[in-house]
Amino acid sequence: MTLSIALRHRFPNFALDIAFTAPLPGTVMLFGPSGSGKSTIITILAGLLRPDWGRIALEETVLLDTEAGICLPPERRGLGVVFQNARLFPHLSVRGNLLFGARRAEERRIGFEEVTELLGLKHLLQRRPHALSGGEAQRVAIGRALLAQPRLLVMDEPLASLDQPRKAEILPYLARLKTALGLPILYVTHALDEVARLADWVVLLESGRIRAAGPLAELSSRGDLPLALRDDAGAILSARVLRHDAERQLSLLGLGAAQLWVPLLSVPLGTHLRVRIPAQEVILATDAPGAISVHNAIAGSVRAITPDPLRHAALVEVMVGEHALLARVTPDAVSRLGLAPGSAVFALVKSVAVEVFAPSAAA
Amino acid sequence: MPAPCSPVTGSPRSKTILSEDEWVALRLTLLVAARAVLFGLPLALLAAYALARWRFPGRGLLHAVVNLPLVLPPVVVGWLLLLMFGVRGPLGAWLYSHFGIRLAFTSAGASLACGVMIFPQMVRAVRQGLEGVDRGLEDAARTLGASRLDCFMSITLPLIAPSILVAALAGYAAALGEFGAVITFAANIPGQTQTLPLAIFTALQVPGGEAQAARLAGLSILLALAGLGAAEWAGRELQRWLGR
Repeated sequence: MTLSIALRHRFPNFALDIAFTAPLPGTVMLFGPSGSGKSTIITILAGLLRPDWGRIALEETVLLDTEAGICLPPERRGLGVVFQNARLFPHLSVRGNLLFGARRAEERRIGFEEVTELLGLKHLLQRRPHALSGGEAQRVAIGRALLAQPRLLVMDEPLASLDQPRKAEILPYLARLKTALGLPILYVTHALDEVARLADWVVLLESGRIRAAGPLAELSSRGDLPLALRDDAGAILSARVLRHDAERQLSLLGLGAAQLWVPLLSVPLGTHLRVRIPAQEVILATDAPGAISVHNAIAGSVRAITPDPLRHAALVEVMVGEHALLARVTPDAVSRLGLAPGSAVFALVKSVAVEVFAPSAAA
Repeated sequence: MPAPCSPVTGSPRSKTILSEDEWVALRLTLLVAARAVLFGLPLALLAAYALARWRFPGRGLLHAVVNLPLVLPPVVVGWLLLLMFGVRGPLGAWLYSHFGIRLAFTSAGASLACGVMIFPQMVRAVRQGLEGVDRGLEDAARTLGASRLDCFMSITLPLIAPSILVAALAGYAAALGEFGAVITFAANIPGQTQTLPLAIFTALQVPGGEAQAARLAGLSILLALAGLGAAEWAGRELQRWLGR
């Protein structure tokens, strides 16, 4: 299954020109700074704005094809849209809001009980929207979109209007949603932590154009993308728990061919999870080190080196099996070690530096 | 309702505050105003929606026509109504020959005159409500499977209910006091078109009618206060219901 979107639209001071095809199911992330055109794409996708030119197809269903004169109205697109602010109907109770779309849907794939349970809404059903906190309101909005029985859940920065504690409250629900319902999600955000926890496939947007698109593991380990210039740059990879060593208080994760020790985790063996290896915390060495506190010395080869002039640093991509890690080192280190594409290196990663995301966040 | 043909005169029966004729004028006033709101409000809703939401050629003209009664002397409005709806006017002749409806010099005509006069303020109240509606809520309703009409009925209409109520109550209160257009188009026929303001006017023309005029004026003031109070209360209750 795929979602393919190709759009061209011109505003007085902004032009959108994008095309991508993303694999589904899974979570496709549109990621970019504000003003990059993310919300415009959602508005067009939802059928609330007709672009100058465009074609949108969800698998075999064509939602929009300006050349063929097809433009389904919003109510016939089969999308569940969660907007930045919850947009709950003030004259209806939480239950009334949740059932708004459900009453107008033909199917019953996604049940009321299931959704209210999943999003923790059961105790809120009788309340009116004005009596909800921001986080609660956004959960109701998500539930309302789900109960409309969409074929694709579209979320336009659903956490952007919430403060950090509320975000932390909702993120686990989103992660659960993703695994529990198996519903394809198109998610728009400018927050990297949401990408790290939820994304499978990422579209990087920059002022109305696509800078890069691909699997998260691939884009997060590229040194030549804007992601790498962030303080929190680093490869985000899928991992599986291979072994727990209670005595040494360590757990061993498998990253494809490579292995990674991290501080002891309290999840069952075989659990799939996601790790972020901060580029800042990766040390490169040409020889395997001897006595050293670092647990992980992963052998690999340099794929590419990109300068980061603002930081007087360089971003080194190190291939480890089928994945790549990203390391941020000084240009001096690069020349001292004589690193060039193809060089054999060891990537040293402190186990405590690895960020492990809750298992429910993994695909 | 009884329709005595004698003009209103100061002949209060001993036991009641108002004379029989004054009761008739009061009932007639309430009925005329109610009909004016009943028929005017749906049209006001349509006009307000068109002005607030649609972009079409002639929108400026519609805006001007809707607001004309606000700035024209009421007697001119009454005269224009006579030209159009009089038995020989284009619309009046058509209504009479097809439906047997006669508006000029009838209580229905009094309602029409009132309706036209209160139309601008009803349109304004509804339009203010419409412009205050978060379009994002309507967009959300559309994406949740509601068609345009469904969205209007299930989202827009409930959200502007307070404005519609305010339009109805304020329009009703204003209709109770219409004078110039009513007397010009519907004349001053006791029991048929002689509403309270017309009865007050008539009483003032009669020597020694001041006492009656004062009673009727007091009644008008009471009605106006009740209308304003009701509008205030209902608006507040509805806003509370909407959770604001």
